[in-house]
Amino acid sequence: MTNYKDIKFSREELARYDRHIIIPEFGLAAQQKLKAAKVLVVGSGGLGSPLLLYLAAAGVGTIGVVDFDVVDDSNLQRQVLFGKDDVGSLKARAAKNRLEHLNPYITIRLHETRLSSENALDIIKDYDLVADGTDNFPTRYLVNDACVLLGKTNVYASVFQFEGQVSVFNHRDKNGELGPNYRDLYPAPPPPGLVPSCAEGGVLGVLPGIIGSMQALEVIKVLSGVGEPLSGRLFIYDALNFHTRTFKIRRQDENPLNGKNPSITKLIDYEHFCGLKTQVEQKAIKEIDVQEFLNWQTLGESFQLIDVREPNEFEADNMGGELIPLATVAENADRFKRDRKVVVHCRSGVRSAKAIRELEEKFGFDNLYNLKGGILAYLEKVKPEYL
Amino acid sequence: MATVIIPTPLRKFTGNTASLEISAETVEEAVGKLSTDFPDLKKQLLDENGQIRKFLNIFVGEEDIRDLANEKTSLPNNAVLSIIPAIAGGSIDR
Repeated sequence: MTNYKDIKFSREELARYDRHIIIPEFGLAAQQKLKAAKVLVVGSGGLGSPLLLYLAAAGVGTIGVVDFDVVDDSNLQRQVLFGKDDVGSLKARAAKNRLEHLNPYITIRLHETRLSSENALDIIKDYDLVADGTDNFPTRYLVNDACVLLGKTNVYASVFQFEGQVSVFNHRDKNGELGPNYRDLYPAPPPPGLVPSCAEGGVLGVLPGIIGSMQALEVIKVLSGVGEPLSGRLFIYDALNFHTRTFKIRRQDENPLNGKNPSITKLIDYEHFCGLKTQVEQKAIKEIDVQEFLNWQTLGESFQLIDVREPNEFEADNMGGELIPLATVAENADRFKRDRKVVVHCRSGVRSAKAIRELEEKFGFDNLYNLKGGILAYLEKVKPEYL
Repeated sequence: MATVIIPTPLRKFTGNTASLEISAETVEEAVGKLSTDFPDLKKQLLDENGQIRKFLNIFVGEEDIRDLANEKTSLPNNAVLSIIPAIAGGSIDR
């Protein structure tokens, strides 16, 4: 970090940050620390939106944004960084435009890539602090491990449906004491298929707004040294009952990164660690592409078509299949025919593959075919003007 | 009696009940009773070996049971037991 005492402000900046500077406990020094700081925000989605907006508005001098994704209509219910004109644009680029408009006195750096074991250390090493706003377990562990290996504070927030969590990981306090990290709190991710990693997601749009704002608060506290960061504590927000709780968390001797007997000294394969890759590699399933599917229809091949998406998706568009949502496939196994081929589809092919694996493993089916690319690929072929 | 607070993602296994009163001396006993009363919840709480799953943390009051006596942690009268799962975001594989 640049020595904050060397940081100067223009007259415009002083006017902009006036309401910070006049807080006695904050003052000019804390504002200088913010401007001197470099923060990496991983993910510019539901959490990343309020986080980036407030960090930029607050005057954090250098903000890095990691995102490889494109703005989609379904993002706008919570990702307030974007508007309808951004749909189809790269998120990182749209974020940069918005943030530079909000505060022209800061620098926004883009990393338009998926954070991986190959690039994470290289990207993170140039920043003082990381704020993790991702939406999946492999990246959570990747960000955590990279921060521990590099000695960076990781300001953590996470949301799911109506539940929010915030903490500050791997933070060295004023006495040099190192706080716990994500692996101390959660030694292992949920096995695939269990709540909360199962096929029901969703989040109430305002929840990441609340939790991401708290995450921004903790980033600002850590950078400025004002207040007590949420290190060694886990904050929980239950939006349904409006209950908040704060728990104590401590470092654990069993932590494989920095416990008593560390066994992880470099970044690992996080998809594998989270049980995702093994599931994919386990067994190949039979699949057909849209052209073959259309040929079957034309040639009058006898087959059953099953749609494993949710009822609302089915209502929006369907291919005339029978609706059996993924979560209910096992209890409806007897509705899958055994005397003919069965084509299973979902939106893009991921859920239908899971359904087929489950049916093959539990019920011994051998006549199930996954429609490659799902209904999206079908619509692209049959009604391209429709998409 | 101890109060058990069910996290929002697991409430569908408890008939949308957010908190329950359970008569139990230890964490182990409380989790056992929860598993009996709500069989669908059992798979979420315990692994194949009957151990509390590693992505769940159980707190008694503000304290993590791993910093106390794990499953053997005793539950004083009026103790509040919180189950906190790892969550990672609202996106799903589609």
